[in-house]
Amino acid sequence: MILLDPTWTAVLYLVSAVCFILALKGLSSPKTARRGTLIGSAGAFLAVVTVFLSSKLDNIPWILAAIAVGSAIAAPVARRVQMTQMPQLVAMFNGVGGGAAALVALLELPHAGDAWVRLAIAFTLFIGAVSFAGSMLTFAKLQELMTTRPVVFPGLAVLTVLVATAALAAGAVLVVAGPAWAAIALAVIGLASGILLVLPVGGADVPIVISLLNAFTGLAVAASGLVLGNVLLVVAGTLVGASGTILTRAMAAAMGRSVQGILFGAFRGGSTAGSTVASDRPVRSSSAADIAVLLGYAQKVVLVPGYGLAVAQGQHTIAELQAALEERGIEVSYAIHPVAGRMPGHMNVLLAEADVPYESLVEMDRANPGFRTTDVALVVGANDVVNPAAKTTPGSPIHGMPILEVGDAKQVVFLKRSMRPGFAGIENELLFDPKTTLLFGDAKASLTELLAAVKAL
Amino acid sequence: MDGVALLTITVLAVFVGFEVVSKVTSTLHTPLMSGANAIHGIILIGAIIVAGQAEDTATLVVALIAVVLATANLVGGFVVTDRMLEMFRGRRKAPADAPGVGEAGER
Repeated sequence: MILLDPTWTAVLYLVSAVCFILALKGLSSPKTARRGTLIGSAGAFLAVVTVFLSSKLDNIPWILAAIAVGSAIAAPVARRVQMTQMPQLVAMFNGVGGGAAALVALLELPHAGDAWVRLAIAFTLFIGAVSFAGSMLTFAKLQELMTTRPVVFPGLAVLTVLVATAALAAGAVLVVAGPAWAAIALAVIGLASGILLVLPVGGADVPIVISLLNAFTGLAVAASGLVLGNVLLVVAGTLVGASGTILTRAMAAAMGRSVQGILFGAFRGGSTAGSTVASDRPVRSSSAADIAVLLGYAQKVVLVPGYGLAVAQGQHTIAELQAALEERGIEVSYAIHPVAGRMPGHMNVLLAEADVPYESLVEMDRANPGFRTTDVALVVGANDVVNPAAKTTPGSPIHGMPILEVGDAKQVVFLKRSMRPGFAGIENELLFDPKTTLLFGDAKASLTELLAAVKAL
Repeated sequence: MDGVALLTITVLAVFVGFEVVSKVTSTLHTPLMSGANAIHGIILIGAIIVAGQAEDTATLVVALIAVVLATANLVGGFVVTDRMLEMFRGRRKAPADAPGVGEAGER
């Protein structure tokens, strides 16, 4: 039904757009972040109400039912997901958004008036399909339904060029003449491109690709706004496209990587395609009881959590260990690398979930000078973020990434599952250092043993 | 709306997008990515318009799939972002602030 005239519709869409800008603005600071999300969801709600009141729509019961189905699927999943699985869920939501944009563009083709509109349709269709397929593959990688390593095969580069050419050809036909088969072809090529884009990316770079695909979906949504002549879609999509691009670069910078290097690095062999082979050089390993003594009689202990802690679900145990050590009058803090976990800022979320006080979390820049006065640095399930190769080995894939300088501490203890290298697949010299002790085992099991041993002191 | 006006809006939105996230700390990269992800779920508007104009069953079915996908993006995106941020909050103040944060044993 049409209750709102075009002027009011435009005003309400403007309000929604401002809500989205405020949401992103709010998310830039921990104090205002939650309010920002609330404002953003209010803006989205307002926009949905506006579209129902301002357009002549048929099939409204069906549409409402579809919205109910979508909410009923997504909300419980989003509520229940493990915090460690957050990255793949974000990838999944991003993918379905891209898919929705592609479908919208496909259905608008018969209504396209001129070549400009068909250009926007071609763009939305292709980018939406890339984002959908790419995100689904990212999901599969993060969920470990397939290898997390970069997948490269002979002829990948040639295939990529062929697919890109086919995309251009199908896109050109679609823009000039607009046949439905060209649209379908472009969508299929888009799906193939998404897969080819993500296949060669591996390891720690996968989350950065989520951010990039997020920006892609934003652009697809913006283009769909041009197709439908809807200003809100244009503004919201462009906003996400632009902020997503900046965010992708910021994430890559935090890891000392370039976005081009991440996407095309595997072609040149300069990616994180390191080895998975366990080293057999001698290391000093020890028992939980010995390490408990080391910790229990220290004055200052710094805990360095990594993704291994999160996969083992050891956040709560490390929080208990912290409490047990503090009871003995030991100064305990956490040194958090910006990319600890699987996404920048991920570790903060994981530790917050385990009720670790916010004040105990020390960011890298503040933590590094403190290691010189630290008695024991306890590294739990982290490897690459403390690997001195980032500073000392120019050829290394992680060279240039800022690291936590745990080597400055008087003693270093690693809790590790095995001698296998980390995500980036590079050997860590620090493991072979005389002041380093290792305790092998699942992070949670090791922490539980340590906790019991500390309490028994 | 004519092309130039749309172009103007697009270009300004690009700059706003660059500007609002330029100073964010790495701590918040994950929630910010998730929040931006939720915002592009607004493609739901487009899906609703297309579904509302569908004249044959096939078009309607495809459009309704788009509505389901877009809703999942929008609703799921905001819920998951809020859940992450909920955890950031609780501990910034004393535990006295905690009741009301995660009701009914949410953690």
